[in-house]
Amino acid sequence: MIEFSLRHQFPGGPALAIDFVAPDGATALFGPSGAGKSSVVGVIAGLFTAQAARVVVDGEVLTDTFRRIHVPVERRRLGLVFQEARLFPHMSVRKNLMYGFTRAPAGEIGFDDVVELLGIAALLERRPHTLSGGERQRVAIGRALLAQPRLLLMDEPLASLDAARKAEILPYLARLKQALALPIVYVTHALDEVYAIADTLVLLEGGQVRAAGPLAEVTSRGDVPLAARDDAGAVLEARVAEHHPARQLSLLRAGPLALWVPLVAGSLGTRLRVRIPAREVILATEAPQGISLHNVLPVLVVAVSEDQARHTAMVELGSGEVRLLARITPDAVARLGLLPGKPVLALVKSMSVDRVG
Amino acid sequence: MLTPDEWTAVLLTLGVAARSVAFGLPVAVGLAWLLARGRFPGKAVLDALVHLPMVLPPVVVGWLLLLLLGVRGPVGAWLHDWFGVRLVFTTEGAALACAAMSLPLMVRAVRLSIEAIDPGLEQAARTLGAGRLDRFMTITLPLALPGVLSGAIVGYVASLGEFGAVITFAANIPGETQTLPLAIYSALQSPNGEETAAKLALVSIGLALVGLGAAEWAGRRARAAVGQRP
Repeated sequence: MIEFSLRHQFPGGPALAIDFVAPDGATALFGPSGAGKSSVVGVIAGLFTAQAARVVVDGEVLTDTFRRIHVPVERRRLGLVFQEARLFPHMSVRKNLMYGFTRAPAGEIGFDDVVELLGIAALLERRPHTLSGGERQRVAIGRALLAQPRLLLMDEPLASLDAARKAEILPYLARLKQALALPIVYVTHALDEVYAIADTLVLLEGGQVRAAGPLAEVTSRGDVPLAARDDAGAVLEARVAEHHPARQLSLLRAGPLALWVPLVAGSLGTRLRVRIPAREVILATEAPQGISLHNVLPVLVVAVSEDQARHTAMVELGSGEVRLLARITPDAVARLGLLPGKPVLALVKSMSVDRVG
Repeated sequence: MLTPDEWTAVLLTLGVAARSVAFGLPVAVGLAWLLARGRFPGKAVLDALVHLPMVLPPVVVGWLLLLLLGVRGPVGAWLHDWFGVRLVFTTEGAALACAAMSLPLMVRAVRLSIEAIDPGLEQAARTLGAGRLDRFMTITLPLALPGVLSGAIVGYVASLGEFGAVITFAANIPGETQTLPLAIYSALQSPNGEETAAKLALVSIGLALVGLGAAEWAGRRARAAVGQRP
Protein backbone atom coordinates (compact mmCIF):
# COMPACT_ATOMS: atom_id res chain seq x y z
CA MET A 1 0.00 0.00 0.00
CA ILE A 2 1.19 3.50 -0.83
CA GLU A 3 0.20 6.62 1.06
CA PHE A 4 0.94 9.71 -0.93
CA SER A 5 0.65 13.38 -0.11
CA LEU A 6 2.13 16.35 -1.97
CA ARG A 7 1.92 20.13 -1.71
CA HIS A 8 4.03 22.18 -4.04
CA GLN A 9 3.85 25.62 -5.60
CA PHE A 10 5.94 26.07 -8.74
CA PRO A 11 7.22 29.63 -8.99
CA GLY A 12 4.82 31.38 -11.35
CA GLY A 13 3.30 28.02 -12.17
CA PRO A 14 0.56 25.71 -10.95
CA ALA A 15 0.01 24.66 -7.36
CA LEU A 16 -0.08 20.94 -6.66
CA ALA A 17 -2.21 19.49 -3.88
CA ILE A 18 -2.36 15.75 -4.42
CA ASP A 19 -3.25 13.08 -1.87
CA PHE A 20 -4.19 9.48 -2.48
CA VAL A 21 -3.87 6.00 -1.09
CA ALA A 22 -3.04 3.23 -3.52
CA PRO A 23 -3.93 -0.27 -2.34
CA ASP A 24 -1.96 -3.27 -3.59
CA GLY A 25 -2.31 -4.06 -7.27
CA ALA A 26 -1.91 -1.63 -10.11
CA THR A 27 -2.79 2.02 -9.62
CA ALA A 28 -3.07 4.22 -12.70
CA LEU A 29 -2.54 7.95 -12.48
CA PHE A 30 -4.46 9.39 -15.37
CA GLY A 31 -4.71 12.98 -16.50
CA PRO A 32 -3.77 15.48 -19.17
CA SER A 33 -0.25 16.87 -19.35
CA GLY A 34 0.32 19.48 -16.69
CA ALA A 35 -1.93 17.62 -14.26
CA GLY A 36 1.00 16.87 -11.97
CA LYS A 37 1.53 13.22 -12.88
CA SER A 38 5.28 13.48 -13.41
CA SER A 39 5.71 15.40 -10.17
CA VAL A 40 4.01 12.54 -8.34
CA VAL A 41 6.43 10.03 -9.89
CA GLY A 42 9.38 12.30 -9.11
CA VAL A 43 8.37 12.60 -5.47
CA ILE A 44 7.78 8.85 -5.03
CA ALA A 45 11.12 8.05 -6.67
CA GLY A 46 12.89 10.72 -4.61
CA LEU A 47 14.12 12.53 -7.72
CA PHE A 48 12.02 15.63 -7.08
CA THR A 49 12.11 17.43 -3.74
CA ALA A 50 8.76 19.09 -3.12
CA GLN A 51 8.01 21.81 -0.62
CA ALA A 52 5.87 19.38 1.37
CA ALA A 53 5.50 15.70 0.68
CA ARG A 54 4.96 12.39 2.40
CA VAL A 55 5.46 9.01 0.79
CA VAL A 56 4.92 5.77 2.69
CA VAL A 57 5.34 2.46 0.88
CA ASP A 58 4.23 -0.65 2.77
CA GLY A 59 4.64 1.13 6.09
CA GLU A 60 8.12 2.48 5.38
CA VAL A 61 8.43 6.25 5.25
CA LEU A 62 10.49 7.19 2.17
CA THR A 63 9.78 10.90 2.19
CA ASP A 64 8.42 13.10 4.94
CA THR A 65 9.39 16.73 4.57
CA PHE A 66 7.81 17.56 7.93
CA ARG A 67 10.01 15.06 9.75
CA ARG A 68 12.94 15.75 7.41
CA ILE A 69 13.05 12.20 6.11
CA HIS A 70 14.34 11.66 2.61
CA VAL A 71 15.61 8.20 1.72
CA PRO A 72 18.15 8.62 -1.12
CA VAL A 73 16.96 7.52 -4.55
CA GLU A 74 19.45 4.66 -4.75
CA ARG A 75 18.23 3.16 -1.47
CA ARG A 76 14.48 3.35 -2.14
CA ARG A 77 14.36 0.11 -4.11
CA LEU A 78 11.68 1.28 -6.49
CA GLY A 79 11.71 -0.02 -10.05
CA LEU A 80 11.40 3.01 -12.27
CA VAL A 81 10.53 2.70 -15.97
CA PHE A 82 10.76 5.93 -17.91
CA GLN A 83 9.16 7.05 -21.15
CA GLU A 84 12.49 6.48 -22.89
CA ALA A 85 14.05 3.10 -22.11
CA ARG A 86 17.32 4.68 -20.87
CA LEU A 87 19.29 1.48 -21.47
CA PHE A 88 23.02 1.79 -20.93
CA PRO A 89 24.41 1.98 -24.48
CA HIS A 90 27.84 0.55 -23.62
CA MET A 91 26.42 -2.68 -22.17
CA SER A 92 24.73 -5.68 -23.70
CA VAL A 93 21.10 -6.38 -22.88
CA ARG A 94 22.26 -9.02 -20.39
CA LYS A 95 24.54 -6.55 -18.57
CA ASN A 96 21.77 -3.98 -18.53
CA LEU A 97 19.47 -6.52 -16.89
CA MET A 98 22.15 -7.49 -14.38
CA TYR A 99 22.92 -3.89 -13.37
CA GLY A 100 20.23 -3.61 -10.73
CA PHE A 101 20.18 -7.36 -10.02
CA THR A 102 23.77 -7.47 -8.75
CA ARG A 103 23.27 -4.35 -6.63
CA ALA A 104 20.03 -5.49 -4.97
CA PRO A 105 19.73 -7.89 -2.05
CA ALA A 106 18.70 -11.37 -3.20
CA GLY A 107 14.99 -11.42 -3.87
CA GLU A 108 12.19 -13.45 -5.30
CA ILE A 109 12.38 -12.18 -8.87
CA GLY A 110 14.65 -14.49 -10.85
CA PHE A 111 16.63 -13.63 -13.96
CA ASP A 112 15.25 -16.48 -16.06
CA ASP A 113 11.67 -15.77 -15.00
CA VAL A 114 11.87 -12.15 -16.08
CA VAL A 115 13.56 -13.01 -19.37
CA GLU A 116 10.81 -15.56 -20.05
CA LEU A 117 7.99 -13.27 -18.92
CA LEU A 118 9.09 -10.43 -21.19
CA GLY A 119 10.17 -12.62 -24.11
CA ILE A 120 13.68 -11.17 -24.32
CA ALA A 121 15.76 -14.36 -24.29
CA ALA A 122 16.81 -13.85 -27.91
CA LEU A 123 18.03 -10.31 -27.22
CA LEU A 124 20.41 -10.97 -24.33
CA GLU A 125 23.70 -10.57 -26.20
CA ARG A 126 22.61 -7.61 -28.32
CA ARG A 127 23.45 -3.96 -27.83
CA PRO A 128 20.61 -1.54 -27.03
CA HIS A 129 21.03 0.50 -30.23
CA THR A 130 20.21 -2.58 -32.32
CA LEU A 131 16.82 -3.09 -30.62
CA SER A 132 13.42 -1.79 -31.70
CA GLY A 133 11.57 0.67 -29.49
CA GLY A 134 9.27 -2.02 -28.12
CA GLU A 135 12.15 -4.40 -27.39
CA ARG A 136 14.06 -1.65 -25.60
CA GLN A 137 11.11 -0.86 -23.38
CA ARG A 138 10.68 -4.56 -22.51
CA VAL A 139 14.34 -4.74 -21.52
CA ALA A 140 13.94 -1.58 -19.44
CA ILE A 141 10.99 -3.14 -17.62
CA GLY A 142 13.02 -6.30 -17.02
CA ARG A 143 15.95 -4.28 -15.71
CA ALA A 144 13.69 -2.46 -13.25
CA LEU A 145 12.09 -5.73 -12.09
CA LEU A 146 15.42 -7.44 -11.51
CA ALA A 147 16.46 -4.73 -9.07
CA GLN A 148 13.97 -6.50 -6.75
CA PRO A 149 11.83 -3.40 -6.24
CA ARG A 150 9.07 -3.22 -3.67
CA LEU A 151 7.10 -1.07 -6.10
CA LEU A 152 7.18 -0.72 -9.86
CA LEU A 153 6.85 2.90 -10.92
CA MET A 154 6.09 3.43 -14.60
CA ASP A 155 6.10 6.95 -16.03
CA GLU A 156 4.28 6.86 -19.39
CA PRO A 157 6.28 3.81 -20.43
CA LEU A 158 4.47 3.40 -23.74
CA ALA A 159 3.99 7.06 -24.67
CA SER A 160 6.87 7.16 -27.15
CA LEU A 161 5.80 4.00 -28.98
CA ASP A 162 3.49 3.76 -31.98
CA ALA A 163 0.20 1.88 -31.74
CA ALA A 164 1.64 -1.41 -33.03
CA ARG A 165 4.56 -1.42 -30.57
CA LYS A 166 2.18 -0.49 -27.79
CA ALA A 167 -0.12 -3.38 -28.64
CA GLU A 168 2.98 -5.62 -28.54
CA ILE A 169 3.89 -4.60 -24.97
CA LEU A 170 0.49 -4.30 -23.28
CA PRO A 171 -0.04 -8.08 -23.01
CA TYR A 172 3.41 -8.41 -21.37
CA LEU A 173 2.42 -5.82 -18.79
CA ALA A 174 -0.83 -7.63 -18.06
CA ARG A 175 1.08 -10.92 -17.68
CA LEU A 176 3.62 -9.33 -15.43
CA LYS A 177 0.91 -8.01 -13.19
CA GLN A 178 -0.57 -11.50 -12.88
CA ALA A 179 2.74 -13.28 -12.39
CA LEU A 180 4.37 -10.99 -9.83
CA ALA A 181 2.54 -9.80 -6.78
CA LEU A 182 4.17 -6.42 -7.13
CA PRO A 183 2.37 -3.11 -6.57
CA ILE A 184 2.49 -0.94 -9.69
CA VAL A 185 2.03 2.80 -10.06
CA TYR A 186 1.37 3.52 -13.69
CA VAL A 187 1.29 7.04 -15.09
CA THR A 188 -0.39 7.57 -18.43
CA HIS A 189 -2.59 9.78 -20.51
CA ALA A 190 -3.84 6.83 -22.63
CA LEU A 191 -7.10 5.23 -21.51
CA ASP A 192 -6.48 1.89 -23.22
CA GLU A 193 -3.45 1.39 -20.97
CA VAL A 194 -5.54 2.24 -17.92
CA TYR A 195 -8.17 -0.35 -18.86
CA ALA A 196 -5.58 -3.03 -19.56
CA ILE A 197 -3.61 -2.58 -16.35
CA ALA A 198 -5.25 -0.58 -13.58
CA ASP A 199 -7.11 -1.93 -10.58
CA THR A 200 -7.27 1.49 -8.98
CA LEU A 201 -7.66 4.71 -10.90
CA VAL A 202 -6.57 8.14 -9.69
CA LEU A 203 -7.81 10.98 -11.91
CA LEU A 204 -5.57 14.04 -11.82
CA GLU A 205 -6.37 17.42 -13.27
CA GLY A 206 -4.87 20.84 -12.65
CA GLY A 207 -2.66 19.57 -9.83
CA GLN A 208 -5.51 17.97 -7.89
CA VAL A 209 -7.10 14.56 -7.49
CA ARG A 210 -10.50 14.72 -9.15
CA ALA A 211 -11.51 11.16 -8.34
CA ALA A 212 -9.87 8.03 -6.98
CA GLY A 213 -11.08 4.50 -6.39
CA PRO A 214 -11.49 1.08 -8.01
CA LEU A 215 -11.38 1.30 -11.81
CA ALA A 216 -15.00 0.18 -12.32
CA GLU A 217 -16.23 2.71 -9.78
CA VAL A 218 -14.37 5.73 -11.17
CA THR A 219 -15.14 4.96 -14.82
CA SER A 220 -18.86 4.68 -14.10
CA ARG A 221 -19.23 8.03 -12.38
CA GLY A 222 -21.02 10.72 -14.36
CA ASP A 223 -19.47 13.64 -12.47
CA VAL A 224 -15.75 13.18 -13.22
CA PRO A 225 -13.70 14.58 -16.14
CA LEU A 226 -13.62 11.11 -17.71
CA ALA A 227 -17.38 11.20 -18.22
CA ALA A 228 -17.07 14.38 -20.30
CA ARG A 229 -15.01 12.58 -22.92
CA ASP A 230 -16.60 11.34 -26.14
CA ASP A 231 -15.36 7.86 -25.36
CA ALA A 232 -16.71 7.78 -21.79
CA GLY A 233 -17.93 4.40 -20.69
CA ALA A 234 -18.12 2.16 -17.65
CA VAL A 235 -15.64 -0.67 -17.13
CA LEU A 236 -17.09 -3.87 -15.67
CA GLU A 237 -15.26 -6.74 -14.00
CA ALA A 238 -16.91 -9.86 -15.44
CA ARG A 239 -16.50 -13.64 -15.44
CA VAL A 240 -17.15 -16.10 -18.24
CA ALA A 241 -20.34 -17.93 -17.17
CA GLU A 242 -21.39 -19.96 -20.21
CA HIS A 243 -20.14 -20.84 -23.67
CA HIS A 244 -22.64 -21.60 -26.46
CA PRO A 245 -20.51 -22.69 -29.40
CA ALA A 246 -23.53 -23.57 -31.54
CA ARG A 247 -24.87 -20.02 -31.23
CA GLN A 248 -21.35 -18.58 -31.26
CA LEU A 249 -22.09 -16.71 -28.07
CA SER A 250 -20.64 -16.52 -24.58
CA LEU A 251 -22.45 -15.32 -21.49
CA LEU A 252 -20.56 -13.04 -19.11
CA ARG A 253 -21.70 -12.16 -15.63
CA ALA A 254 -20.85 -8.90 -13.89
CA GLY A 255 -22.56 -8.91 -10.51
CA PRO A 256 -26.26 -9.40 -11.18
CA LEU A 257 -25.95 -8.42 -14.85
CA ALA A 258 -25.67 -10.99 -17.66
CA LEU A 259 -24.06 -9.96 -20.92
CA TRP A 260 -24.19 -11.92 -24.18
CA VAL A 261 -21.10 -11.39 -26.29
CA PRO A 262 -19.62 -13.09 -29.36
CA LEU A 263 -17.85 -16.32 -28.32
CA VAL A 264 -14.72 -15.53 -26.27
CA ALA A 265 -11.71 -17.68 -25.51
CA GLY A 266 -11.12 -18.70 -21.91
CA SER A 267 -12.54 -21.37 -19.67
CA LEU A 268 -15.60 -20.86 -17.49
CA GLY A 269 -14.83 -18.62 -14.55
CA THR A 270 -12.12 -16.67 -16.39
CA ARG A 271 -12.03 -13.04 -15.31
CA LEU A 272 -12.55 -10.54 -18.08
CA ARG A 273 -12.68 -6.78 -18.07
CA VAL A 274 -15.20 -5.24 -20.45
CA ARG A 275 -16.13 -1.70 -21.26
CA ILE A 276 -19.47 -0.41 -22.46
CA PRO A 277 -19.24 3.00 -24.16
CA ALA A 278 -21.88 5.36 -22.75
CA ARG A 279 -23.03 6.54 -26.16
CA GLU A 280 -23.82 2.94 -27.23
CA VAL A 281 -26.35 2.36 -24.44
CA ILE A 282 -30.06 2.81 -25.17
CA LEU A 283 -32.56 3.24 -22.35
CA ALA A 284 -36.12 1.91 -22.54
CA THR A 285 -39.09 1.61 -20.20
CA GLU A 286 -40.47 -1.46 -21.99
CA ALA A 287 -38.64 -4.41 -23.49
CA PRO A 288 -38.53 -4.08 -27.28
CA GLN A 289 -39.85 -6.96 -29.45
CA GLY A 290 -38.49 -8.36 -32.70
CA ILE A 291 -35.01 -6.91 -32.34
CA SER A 292 -31.49 -8.25 -32.92
CA LEU A 293 -30.49 -7.10 -29.46
CA HIS A 294 -29.35 -9.68 -26.87
CA ASN A 295 -28.76 -7.64 -23.78
CA VAL A 296 -31.77 -6.09 -22.03
CA LEU A 297 -30.46 -5.20 -18.58
CA PRO A 298 -32.83 -4.23 -15.75
CA VAL A 299 -31.21 -1.35 -13.86
CA LEU A 300 -32.10 1.63 -11.68
CA VAL A 301 -31.32 5.25 -12.49
CA VAL A 302 -28.72 6.44 -9.97
CA ALA A 303 -28.09 9.97 -11.16
CA VAL A 304 -28.62 12.20 -14.19
CA SER A 305 -26.29 15.04 -15.11
CA GLU A 306 -26.79 17.32 -18.05
CA ASP A 307 -23.96 18.69 -20.19
CA GLN A 308 -25.34 22.08 -21.23
CA ALA A 309 -22.59 22.76 -23.73
CA ARG A 310 -23.10 19.59 -25.69
CA HIS A 311 -26.82 19.22 -25.22
CA THR A 312 -26.41 15.73 -23.86
CA ALA A 313 -27.19 14.03 -20.58
CA MET A 314 -25.17 11.39 -18.73
CA VAL A 315 -27.26 8.82 -16.88
CA GLU A 316 -25.61 6.70 -14.19
CA LEU A 317 -27.31 3.33 -13.87
CA GLY A 318 -26.93 0.67 -11.23
CA SER A 319 -27.75 -2.90 -10.50
CA GLY A 320 -26.43 -4.03 -7.15
CA GLU A 321 -22.80 -2.93 -7.02
CA VAL A 322 -22.46 -2.75 -10.79
CA ARG A 323 -22.62 0.61 -12.52
CA LEU A 324 -23.22 1.60 -16.15
CA LEU A 325 -23.17 4.92 -17.96
CA ALA A 326 -25.55 5.96 -20.74
CA ARG A 327 -25.24 9.15 -22.75
CA ILE A 328 -28.60 10.20 -24.20
CA THR A 329 -30.36 13.43 -25.13
CA PRO A 330 -31.95 15.65 -22.48
CA ASP A 331 -35.14 15.24 -24.48
CA ALA A 332 -35.08 11.48 -23.92
CA VAL A 333 -34.48 12.05 -20.21
CA ALA A 334 -37.63 14.17 -20.10
CA ARG A 335 -39.74 11.82 -22.25
CA LEU A 336 -38.90 8.76 -20.16
CA GLY A 337 -39.09 10.72 -16.91
CA LEU A 338 -35.67 9.52 -15.77
CA LEU A 339 -35.20 10.40 -12.14
CA PRO A 340 -32.96 8.75 -9.56
CA GLY A 341 -34.53 5.51 -8.33
CA LYS A 342 -36.57 4.82 -11.47
CA PRO A 343 -36.24 1.31 -12.88
CA VAL A 344 -35.34 1.22 -16.60
CA LEU A 345 -33.97 -1.23 -19.13
CA ALA A 346 -30.48 -0.65 -20.51
CA LEU A 347 -30.17 -2.01 -24.05
CA VAL A 348 -26.61 -2.99 -24.97
CA LYS A 349 -25.62 -4.54 -28.29
CA SER A 350 -23.28 -7.50 -27.97
CA MET A 351 -21.01 -5.68 -30.43
CA SER A 352 -20.77 -2.72 -28.05
CA VAL A 353 -19.20 -4.76 -25.26
CA ASP A 354 -15.46 -4.15 -25.68
CA ARG A 355 -13.10 -6.53 -24.04
CA VAL A 356 -10.29 -4.42 -22.55
CA GLY A 357 -8.38 -6.84 -20.35
CA MET B 1 70.44 9.73 -38.86
CA LEU B 2 70.10 11.09 -35.32
CA THR B 3 73.10 11.45 -33.03
CA PRO B 4 72.94 9.85 -29.55
CA ASP B 5 72.32 13.30 -28.03
CA GLU B 6 69.44 13.90 -30.39
CA TRP B 7 67.99 10.49 -29.58
CA THR B 8 68.21 11.34 -25.91
CA ALA B 9 66.12 14.46 -26.51
CA VAL B 10 63.51 12.54 -28.51
CA LEU B 11 63.14 9.77 -25.92
CA LEU B 12 63.11 12.27 -23.07
CA THR B 13 60.33 14.19 -24.81
CA LEU B 14 58.21 11.05 -25.19
CA GLY B 15 58.77 10.19 -21.52
CA VAL B 16 57.96 13.68 -20.29
CA ALA B 17 54.75 13.78 -22.34
CA ALA B 18 53.70 10.36 -20.99
CA ARG B 19 54.28 11.51 -17.42
CA SER B 20 52.44 14.74 -18.13
CA VAL B 21 49.36 12.77 -19.19
CA ALA B 22 49.73 10.42 -16.23
CA PHE B 23 49.73 13.40 -13.81
CA GLY B 24 47.24 15.54 -15.66
CA LEU B 25 44.56 13.19 -16.93
CA PRO B 26 43.13 11.98 -13.58
CA VAL B 27 42.99 15.60 -12.42
CA ALA B 28 41.41 16.62 -15.72
CA VAL B 29 38.73 13.91 -15.46
CA GLY B 30 37.88 14.98 -11.91
CA LEU B 31 37.70 18.65 -12.86
CA ALA B 32 35.70 17.90 -16.00
CA TRP B 33 33.15 15.93 -13.97
CA LEU B 34 32.85 18.73 -11.41
CA LEU B 35 32.39 21.33 -14.14
CA ALA B 36 29.97 19.22 -16.19
CA ARG B 37 27.77 17.83 -13.43
CA GLY B 38 28.55 19.69 -10.25
CA ARG B 39 26.46 22.47 -8.77
CA PHE B 40 28.45 24.41 -6.20
CA PRO B 41 29.34 28.00 -5.41
CA GLY B 42 32.54 29.14 -7.11
CA LYS B 43 32.06 26.94 -10.16
CA ALA B 44 32.68 29.89 -12.48
CA VAL B 45 35.91 30.69 -10.62
CA LEU B 46 37.10 27.09 -10.93
CA ASP B 47 36.21 27.12 -14.62
CA ALA B 48 38.28 30.28 -15.12
CA LEU B 49 41.23 28.88 -13.15
CA VAL B 50 41.24 25.70 -15.24
CA HIS B 51 41.33 27.74 -18.43
CA LEU B 52 43.99 30.16 -17.19
CA PRO B 53 47.03 28.30 -18.64
CA MET B 54 45.43 28.58 -22.08
CA VAL B 55 45.36 32.37 -22.02
CA LEU B 56 48.41 33.18 -19.91
CA PRO B 57 51.88 33.37 -21.45
CA PRO B 58 53.49 29.96 -20.81
CA VAL B 59 56.43 31.73 -19.17
CA VAL B 60 54.07 33.12 -16.57
CA VAL B 61 52.66 29.64 -15.87
CA GLY B 62 56.22 28.33 -15.47
CA TRP B 63 57.09 31.17 -13.13
CA LEU B 64 53.91 30.66 -11.04
CA LEU B 65 54.82 26.99 -10.72
CA LEU B 66 58.28 28.04 -9.63
CA LEU B 67 56.81 30.34 -6.95
CA LEU B 68 54.50 27.59 -5.73
CA LEU B 69 56.66 24.50 -6.09
CA GLY B 70 60.19 25.86 -5.92
CA VAL B 71 62.18 24.63 -2.90
CA ARG B 72 61.29 27.88 -1.13
CA GLY B 73 57.67 27.96 -2.36
CA PRO B 74 54.87 27.01 0.06
CA VAL B 75 54.13 23.66 -1.52
CA GLY B 76 57.64 23.00 -2.77
CA ALA B 77 59.21 23.56 0.63
CA TRP B 78 56.73 21.18 2.23
CA LEU B 79 57.39 18.49 -0.41
CA HIS B 80 61.13 18.95 0.03
CA ASP B 81 61.14 18.89 3.84
CA TRP B 82 58.77 15.98 4.31
CA PHE B 83 59.38 13.77 1.32
CA GLY B 84 62.71 14.94 -0.01
CA VAL B 85 61.02 15.62 -3.32
CA ARG B 86 62.37 18.38 -5.50
CA LEU B 87 60.48 19.19 -8.68
CA VAL B 88 62.34 22.19 -10.09
CA PHE B 89 65.03 21.35 -12.65
CA THR B 90 63.93 17.68 -12.87
CA THR B 91 62.28 15.52 -15.51
CA GLU B 92 59.19 15.27 -13.26
CA GLY B 93 59.15 19.05 -13.05
CA ALA B 94 59.22 19.30 -16.84
CA ALA B 95 56.30 16.84 -16.98
CA LEU B 96 54.41 18.85 -14.38
CA ALA B 97 54.89 22.05 -16.38
CA CYS B 98 53.58 20.24 -19.48
CA ALA B 99 50.63 18.88 -17.50
CA ALA B 100 49.71 22.35 -16.23
CA MET B 101 49.81 23.74 -19.76
CA SER B 102 47.80 20.92 -21.35
CA LEU B 103 45.26 20.66 -18.52
CA PRO B 104 42.70 23.02 -20.13
CA LEU B 105 42.79 20.98 -23.35
CA MET B 106 42.27 17.70 -21.49
CA VAL B 107 39.53 19.10 -19.25
CA ARG B 108 37.73 20.50 -22.28
CA ALA B 109 37.77 17.20 -24.19
CA VAL B 110 36.56 15.18 -21.19
CA ARG B 111 34.00 17.77 -20.14
CA LEU B 112 32.39 17.87 -23.57
CA SER B 113 31.99 14.12 -23.63
CA ILE B 114 30.55 14.04 -20.08
CA GLU B 115 28.10 16.79 -21.00
CA ALA B 116 27.03 14.76 -24.03
CA ILE B 117 25.92 11.88 -21.77
CA ASP B 118 22.18 11.81 -21.16
CA PRO B 119 21.79 12.57 -17.42
CA GLY B 120 18.79 10.24 -17.59
CA LEU B 121 21.20 7.30 -17.79
CA GLU B 122 22.88 8.29 -14.53
CA GLN B 123 19.43 8.80 -13.02
CA ALA B 124 18.38 5.34 -14.19
CA ALA B 125 21.52 3.84 -12.62
CA ARG B 126 20.63 5.67 -9.43
CA THR B 127 17.15 4.15 -9.28
CA LEU B 128 18.80 0.75 -9.81
CA GLY B 129 20.74 1.20 -6.59
CA ALA B 130 24.05 2.66 -7.75
CA GLY B 131 25.65 5.25 -5.46
CA ARG B 132 27.61 8.28 -6.66
CA LEU B 133 31.04 6.68 -7.14
CA ASP B 134 29.45 3.51 -8.54
CA ARG B 135 27.55 5.54 -11.13
CA PHE B 136 30.67 7.46 -12.06
CA MET B 137 32.75 4.32 -12.54
CA THR B 138 30.14 2.21 -14.35
CA ILE B 139 28.16 4.75 -16.38
CA THR B 140 29.76 8.19 -16.65
CA LEU B 141 33.40 7.22 -17.10
CA PRO B 142 32.86 4.41 -19.66
CA LEU B 143 30.51 6.60 -21.68
CA ALA B 144 32.98 9.50 -21.53
CA LEU B 145 35.76 7.21 -22.73
CA PRO B 146 35.98 8.75 -26.22
CA GLY B 147 36.56 12.14 -24.61
CA VAL B 148 39.03 10.77 -22.05
CA LEU B 149 41.01 9.11 -24.83
CA SER B 150 41.06 12.12 -27.08
CA GLY B 151 41.90 14.28 -24.08
CA ALA B 152 44.85 12.01 -23.30
CA ILE B 153 46.13 12.12 -26.86
CA VAL B 154 45.68 15.88 -27.26
CA GLY B 155 47.38 16.36 -23.90
CA TYR B 156 50.24 14.10 -24.97
CA VAL B 157 50.76 15.88 -28.27
CA ALA B 158 50.56 19.31 -26.64
CA SER B 159 53.12 18.20 -24.04
CA LEU B 160 55.55 17.21 -26.81
CA GLY B 161 55.66 20.83 -27.92
CA GLU B 162 55.57 22.73 -24.63
CA PHE B 163 58.39 25.27 -24.36
CA GLY B 164 57.90 28.33 -22.20
CA ALA B 165 56.62 26.72 -19.02
CA VAL B 166 59.19 23.92 -19.17
CA ILE B 167 62.21 26.15 -19.67
CA THR B 168 61.06 28.51 -16.89
CA PHE B 169 60.21 25.88 -14.30
CA ALA B 170 62.56 23.03 -15.17
CA ALA B 171 65.33 24.84 -17.10
CA ASN B 172 67.14 23.51 -20.15
CA ILE B 173 69.24 20.58 -18.92
CA PRO B 174 70.18 18.04 -21.62
CA GLY B 175 69.04 14.53 -20.68
CA GLU B 176 66.99 15.90 -17.77
CA THR B 177 64.59 18.55 -18.95
CA GLN B 178 65.69 19.35 -22.48
CA THR B 179 62.72 18.20 -24.55
CA LEU B 180 62.51 18.58 -28.34
CA PRO B 181 61.46 22.23 -28.49
CA LEU B 182 64.16 23.15 -26.00
CA ALA B 183 66.73 21.14 -27.94
CA ILE B 184 65.69 22.85 -31.18
CA TYR B 185 65.97 26.25 -29.51
CA SER B 186 69.45 25.40 -28.17
CA ALA B 187 70.55 24.13 -31.56
CA LEU B 188 69.42 27.34 -33.20
CA GLN B 189 71.44 29.31 -30.66
CA SER B 190 74.70 27.48 -31.52
CA PRO B 191 76.73 28.40 -34.66
CA ASN B 192 76.38 25.13 -36.59
CA GLY B 193 73.08 23.92 -35.19
CA GLU B 194 70.92 24.39 -38.28
CA GLU B 195 71.11 20.73 -39.29
CA THR B 196 70.29 19.42 -35.84
CA ALA B 197 67.38 21.86 -35.56
CA ALA B 198 66.01 20.75 -38.93
CA LYS B 199 66.21 17.05 -38.03
CA LEU B 200 64.55 17.57 -34.67
CA ALA B 201 61.89 19.75 -36.24
CA LEU B 202 61.10 16.97 -38.70
CA VAL B 203 60.78 14.51 -35.80
CA SER B 204 58.44 16.96 -34.07
CA ILE B 205 56.25 17.26 -37.13
CA GLY B 206 56.18 13.46 -37.53
CA LEU B 207 55.21 12.91 -33.88
CA ALA B 208 52.46 15.53 -34.08
CA LEU B 209 50.98 13.93 -37.20
CA VAL B 210 51.11 10.44 -35.68
CA GLY B 211 49.46 11.83 -32.54
CA LEU B 212 46.63 13.48 -34.42
CA GLY B 213 46.05 10.33 -36.49
CA ALA B 214 46.00 8.23 -33.34
CA ALA B 215 43.46 10.60 -31.77
CA GLU B 216 41.15 10.22 -34.74
CA TRP B 217 41.46 6.43 -34.81
CA ALA B 218 41.05 5.99 -31.05
CA GLY B 219 38.04 8.30 -31.04
CA ARG B 220 36.31 6.17 -33.65
CA ARG B 221 37.05 2.94 -31.81
CA ALA B 222 35.93 4.33 -28.48
CA ARG B 223 32.69 5.74 -29.83
CA ALA B 224 31.86 2.38 -31.38
CA ALA B 225 32.62 0.66 -28.06
CA VAL B 226 30.11 2.77 -26.18
CA GLY B 227 27.39 2.14 -28.71
CA GLN B 228 27.45 5.42 -30.57
CA ARG B 229 27.63 5.71 -34.31
CA PRO B 230 31.26 6.27 -35.32
